[in-house]
Amino acid sequence: MFDNVWLIPLFPLIGFLINGFFGKKIKNEAVIGGIGTLMIFLSFIVSCGILMQMIGLPAEQRVFEKVVFPWIHSGNLKVDMAFLLDPLSCVMIMVVTGVGTLIHLYSIGYMHGEEGFYRFFAYLNLFCMSMLLLVLGNNMLVMFIGWEGVGLCSYLLIGYYFHKKSAGDAAKKAFVMNRVGDFGFLIGMFTLFWWFGSNHNIWTINFTEIKAASHLLPYGGVVTVATLCFFLGATGKSAQLPLYTWLPDAMEGPTPVSALIHAATMVTAGVYMIGRMSFVFIKSPETMMVVAVIGAATAIFAATIGTAQNDIKRVLAYSTVSQLGFMFLAMGVGAFTAGIFHLMTHAFFKACLFLGSGSVIHSMHHALHHAHSHDDAQDMRNMGGLKSAMPITFITFLVSTIAIAGIPGFSGFFSKDEILWQAFSNPFHGQLNMVLWGVGAIAACFTAFYMFRLVFMTFFGECRITPKAKGHLHESPLVITIPLMVLGLLAVVGGYIGLPKLIGDMLGGIPNYFEHWLEPVFAQAHEYSTQYAHAGGHHSHSLEWGLMGLSVVIALIGITIAFTLYIKNTELPGKFTATFPALHRAVYNKWYMDELYDFAIVNPCKALGRFLWKGFDVVVIDGIVNGVANVVLGFSGIFRFIQSGLIGNYAWSMAFGVVVILGYYVFK
Amino acid sequence: MSNLLSLTTFLPVLGVLLLLFVPKDSKSVLRGVALAVTAVTFVVSLPILTGFQTNAEFQFVENMPWIAAGPFVMRYNIGVDGISLWLVILTTFIMPIAVLSTFTAVEEKVKEYMICLLLLETGMLGAFISLDLFLFYIFWEVMLIPMYFMIGIWGGKNRIYAAVKFFVYTMVGSLLMLVALIFLYFKGLEAGIPDFGLLQLFNLKLDLSTQIWLFMAFAFAFAIKVPMFPLHTWLPDAHTEAPTAGSVILAAILLKMGTYGYVRFAMPLFPEAAHKFAPVIATLAVIGIVYASLVAMMQEDVKKLVAYSSVAHLGFVMLGVFAFNQQGITGGMLQMLNHGVSTGALFLIVGFIYERRHTRLITDFGGLSKQMPVFATIFMIVTFSSIGLPGTNGFVGEFLVLIGAFESELRWWTIVATSGVILSAVYMLWVFQRVMFGELDNPKNQKLLDLNAREVGIMVPLIALIFFMGLYPKPFIDKMDPAIKKLVSQVRPVSMTAQAPAAIPVMPAGHPGMEIPAAEQNLPAGNAH
Repeated sequence: MFDNVWLIPLFPLIGFLINGFFGKKIKNEAVIGGIGTLMIFLSFIVSCGILMQMIGLPAEQRVFEKVVFPWIHSGNLKVDMAFLLDPLSCVMIMVVTGVGTLIHLYSIGYMHGEEGFYRFFAYLNLFCMSMLLLVLGNNMLVMFIGWEGVGLCSYLLIGYYFHKKSAGDAAKKAFVMNRVGDFGFLIGMFTLFWWFGSNHNIWTINFTEIKAASHLLPYGGVVTVATLCFFLGATGKSAQLPLYTWLPDAMEGPTPVSALIHAATMVTAGVYMIGRMSFVFIKSPETMMVVAVIGAATAIFAATIGTAQNDIKRVLAYSTVSQLGFMFLAMGVGAFTAGIFHLMTHAFFKACLFLGSGSVIHSMHHALHHAHSHDDAQDMRNMGGLKSAMPITFITFLVSTIAIAGIPGFSGFFSKDEILWQAFSNPFHGQLNMVLWGVGAIAACFTAFYMFRLVFMTFFGECRITPKAKGHLHESPLVITIPLMVLGLLAVVGGYIGLPKLIGDMLGGIPNYFEHWLEPVFAQAHEYSTQYAHAGGHHSHSLEWGLMGLSVVIALIGITIAFTLYIKNTELPGKFTATFPALHRAVYNKWYMDELYDFAIVNPCKALGRFLWKGFDVVVIDGIVNGVANVVLGFSGIFRFIQSGLIGNYAWSMAFGVVVILGYYVFK
Repeated sequence: MSNLLSLTTFLPVLGVLLLLFVPKDSKSVLRGVALAVTAVTFVVSLPILTGFQTNAEFQFVENMPWIAAGPFVMRYNIGVDGISLWLVILTTFIMPIAVLSTFTAVEEKVKEYMICLLLLETGMLGAFISLDLFLFYIFWEVMLIPMYFMIGIWGGKNRIYAAVKFFVYTMVGSLLMLVALIFLYFKGLEAGIPDFGLLQLFNLKLDLSTQIWLFMAFAFAFAIKVPMFPLHTWLPDAHTEAPTAGSVILAAILLKMGTYGYVRFAMPLFPEAAHKFAPVIATLAVIGIVYASLVAMMQEDVKKLVAYSSVAHLGFVMLGVFAFNQQGITGGMLQMLNHGVSTGALFLIVGFIYERRHTRLITDFGGLSKQMPVFATIFMIVTFSSIGLPGTNGFVGEFLVLIGAFESELRWWTIVATSGVILSAVYMLWVFQRVMFGELDNPKNQKLLDLNAREVGIMVPLIALIFFMGLYPKPFIDKMDPAIKKLVSQVRPVSMTAQAPAAIPVMPAGHPGMEIPAAEQNLPAGNAH
């Protein structure tokens, strides 16, 4: 089965080619959507087979590399189109193909009747192929193809409604910001390649080869430089501070895109990349610190913004940014397994939330359309009381919200609590641990608040659209609700494969399967970490129970506040914003980050470009060039008098010349 | 066939003779003949590719006496190696496309236009295959004249200014090069080299100060042609005024003369001077990348934007070439080919919309995707190729350039150059968005026709190459590899090779990858002295 790994990205590629070239002629939505979904489903089947085979192998044999064809061979650089299968990439292909299949299925219903239906499915397949290359690549360059490929698809899909200027702007912004990250990725790759080559004559960008040689890497120094560069790449792709502003704008794309690309898969690539190179990152305590701090900061920063948004998808977008921050926090404290675990559970519940919001928008749009209303179908202020009209959407949405809020028994609780516990107890960052934990806990409180605010505003209370429109509200078709139900189920049970040891022991010794599974991948990194980690790390069970209880209380506080503000005393939020107008404005306007970027970077660059063109190119350089030409022209004007064409003049000057020359020889 | 190179090079001249017998009013015959001639030339050139043995030697060599005048002995000495091979093929490949693109664009003086195109082809091919410096110079000048006429006669409003600027700029450089060339020849005579033969001159040992003067003269001529900052201002004008085919050839092939000149002549002839000047040239190259990108971003005319993007792309080529190592030079060579394909394609694209709307102002467009979906797809592919998206040709070259330069002493330059990766996305995506996305609100654009079969036919080979070179660059790299390896050892200054004599021969066979690192490891150490 392992040998067939190349089939996994190949199927979606075939789907892309079929729909891309012939989709327009096929026209039939069922066929186009069927092909797209089938292709990614086939990848899922192959992935399942690979997973089964890998489970059957002993832990130390769970690594397999497959060279498909040689790609760039030049001098000491040898890069092949090659794939790496290990427990980590297995988790990723399962998530990408599994969630991917559900979202493809959902899209058949959601995109029904859209003009560019075939185009949508072609791009979606192309995205899946790129994402699979990203997670399967056995070297940085194949990862980078996927890395840029998903960026391209993200560009194409955000700009799907290209006739809208906002969509075009958002698409471009996403791509350019990602490119800023890619700049870092490239420099990081160059640095490692050059350092290993010039110091140890190991010229490689292959992950397993670097892992084998990673003991040569120093702690800090060049590793800090390289990993910070890589992390810049991660902040671009995974929308972390300071490169996060593209993700909320990316909501211009159709909702399934937001679910697949901007929640479940692509944006987690940065987390995956750190996991893939954990043995390099761990060697730089400084970078680990930066990753943890940026992660925690993003988690709380985005969470605050999420509390004030009224567009249902924007709330979820900021929530994604915030949850990604949690993942980076985990990576930064050396809890790689917890980070990947949260990546997986987040893929379930956030995909479910996005698809649920899509179901709501779909229904709202339909209702408003029938009522000839021009109200915004995505604005939560127009919603309310949808739970009776859309029971399946409501229940799955509620389940996922509980999961993300961190209520025990649901998947998000296990992964998020693990992260917070690790942030508190990790042996790396000394005094900073308390801060990291505290910030994470507050962010978790905000999370519970804004998510329940969303649920209350959308599904509870009075319906705020016109009665006429209200009559047209209805539950979405099965093709939409089936993926919701599957993902909702996963949002509940997905966490049980990674039970914390504490709970597992209590339940009679259920092991943390997820941790055992990923152990071989991160073993190297854990070994290095013991070199410099502080001795600490011995915390009592009672402390762990206490913190777990505390984080539950924190989540409940968030929910209670949301309940108070949006169910019981619905006039309170208005009063609050009236009392603190400046604060509300700042939060509502995303702390003016976009304006800051325009002011500090975009506009100066434009001004500089214009100056270099109109000022330097045209005035200075061409001024000199034309000036020289004019001088030459001026001289030629003078010389023109000499070339008068009169034989007499020429004779005189010849005679003059002869006299001069003769005179020179005579008198020398 | 022993004279395959000559045949390829002079077939277009035969075509010119043929064209002379065609009445100037039968435009379609003229076009057909020109297309046939360039197509046949391409077909004839293919055996050069297939028959090329992958080694470092010059092949298909023809060497015979040509001119002997006074002290000067010039020979008709031609041949290709892995470096010039692909440029020859690129030239014969682009020419039929360029001719085909003029079928509806040029309606006046078709006969003269086609003659210019064919003469240009001979000039360019000749310059790429010359192994005699004087012969090279002749071809170098021959190229100039048809291009000058193409801009001056078939150009836009400001054509005379642009043509003269193009001519004078290039001429100034060429004259300096001519002086240096003659000087070098006499130096060679002193050392017992009887002619302008390039291969013998490679072995000429010159002292450093002589090298520096000669290098500066050559480098100046080539820098204008590349063009390198700050000698680039002729290019935007020439491109905007030139007819589409002129722009395509100018970008795809003529600019490569400059970079090729460095690789073939300036660097191996004067290796120590080249090393001395590497920081200067790298600085100018990097400035060119950033500067041209910023200027491109603000352009209002699509064609000018593409012209400035050329300056940026060629900056990458120069950076890679002056890394003096395998990856850098390979990347530079690939980037030359890529730029030929991608920027050639971009100029064709600009030509398509210009022919339809007779404007190139970005603000006159918007929302064309809706009206011209095929065009939109092609434009997008080429845009991303120009940006250097992995999977397209642009990436492989750019990546090798950057990684090669990073390994060399040009590390800091590389970091600045890498920012070009961001900037290229900014200006290309911005123009793409403004032309193709948004509402189709200009009534003049609402009746635009999508590409016709001929236009699609022009683009298909280029698109195919974009993906082929991006996904499977191996054949291209393999063929040029030995020649570049040889060049790398040629340009390693004497002082360095003396210090590391054992580096190359000692390496065990069968470890081709091990050969270079060991050699290069010595390079920084050697240079420190």
